[in-house]
Amino acid sequence: MPVKGLLAGRIPAQRLERAGAMRMPLLALLAKEPAHGYELKTQLEQIFGEAYPSPNIGQIYVTLQRLERDGLVRSQDVVQTTRPNKRVYELTEAGHEALVAWMDRPSEGPRVRDDFFMKLALSQLAGTAVGIGLINRQRRHYLGQMRSLSVLAAASDGRIPRLLIEGAMLHLQADLDWLQRCQEELV
Amino acid sequence: MITDTGRLLLRTVSLTKIFRGDGVPVPAVRGVDLSLRQGEFAAITGPSGSGKSTLLHMLGGLEPPTGGEIWLNGERVDTLSQARWAIVRRRHIGFVFQFFNLVSNMTVADNVELAALMGGATRKQARARRAELLGELGLTAKADAAPARLSGGEQQRVALARAMANRPSLLLADEPTGNLDSAASMTVLRLLGQAHADGQAILLVTHDARVASGADRVISLFDGTVVDDASIPLIHPQASLPHVLKLRG
Repeated sequence: MPVKGLLAGRIPAQRLERAGAMRMPLLALLAKEPAHGYELKTQLEQIFGEAYPSPNIGQIYVTLQRLERDGLVRSQDVVQTTRPNKRVYELTEAGHEALVAWMDRPSEGPRVRDDFFMKLALSQLAGTAVGIGLINRQRRHYLGQMRSLSVLAAASDGRIPRLLIEGAMLHLQADLDWLQRCQEELV
Repeated sequence: MITDTGRLLLRTVSLTKIFRGDGVPVPAVRGVDLSLRQGEFAAITGPSGSGKSTLLHMLGGLEPPTGGEIWLNGERVDTLSQARWAIVRRRHIGFVFQFFNLVSNMTVADNVELAALMGGATRKQARARRAELLGELGLTAKADAAPARLSGGEQQRVALARAMANRPSLLLADEPTGNLDSAASMTVLRLLGQAHADGQAILLVTHDARVASGADRVISLFDGTVVDDASIPLIHPQASLPHVLKLRG
């Protein structure tokens, strides 16, 4: 989904993803009731808690502008006497349809072609045989991530953040199992 | 409480185990050199058949090595007589198994107290140690119950209390969460972490990376040899999460 070419650079792919990542959560929040940007930020933080880095307010406004440009939300200024006016966003019919279509669509499986897979597949071309070093470095990194997630899980309350963290841990477990398979086959 | 953190506690030299079934020698552990310091918490991981349980059983004196050396607290133990090794083990080693291995016709309290007595404590000391451990592990209310009346998670907590009854210099755990559900596994892991924070040296065998990541150091075994041995860096959650958790749109 985010990676266009086989060897597309990592940073552009991440940026692309980040820009799109906020769209559906914002549409879902606006499906409940109209809101302004700062309220949306607060609600996202309440839902995802420790499990997701706090969204940047600028990122939220940029995404809202793009959603409006695409006809998925509309906005109007609400006049406030003691403070600057605030812009309140609401979902359009097209926005509702986009949200439902996204909800109804099965999601892609994660990380089929990740960066490490590229290293593994290409290391022989580069003249460096698949070494135990490559796999060990990756294993240590995954274990470090696992450790961080355990710490995070212990510090999180709320079912949604905990489930997200547990899901991430299970994905990492699968990555580690797969690494084991790579070691058995290639080293 | 162990205060002498950093001193060498356990060392193996070219530790080897070859099983001989029907005449065909099967090497399970092939020349393992490892060391563990006071207060360290290390996990041994690897696929099934990699030799990790055999290695741990040799370290705990449950399986005689075919070759190599085991040194505990500066003393070579693999050459000791059976009887002498058993004494060293009762005094200095605690062992937690996958299937709990509690004495079924004794109460929870007696299981723990017996281990303290065998570790050299007086009756009074053993009773005090039992009360302290059952309290710490949240088992006081179950003291008079038979092990079979307890859930798997509770039985493993009793097994942990028993393993620590003799204040071992080394706690060995063989797949301690292998027979537990996710929530009970996390409880056992948290208790091991607490013991470690109090200075307990732990060597844990597991195939579960979630459990292994509770240790400071992970030793990877493959085909009976150590392929990696490294301390695990704590990667800051905010740095690692965006790659793992993605809000998809």
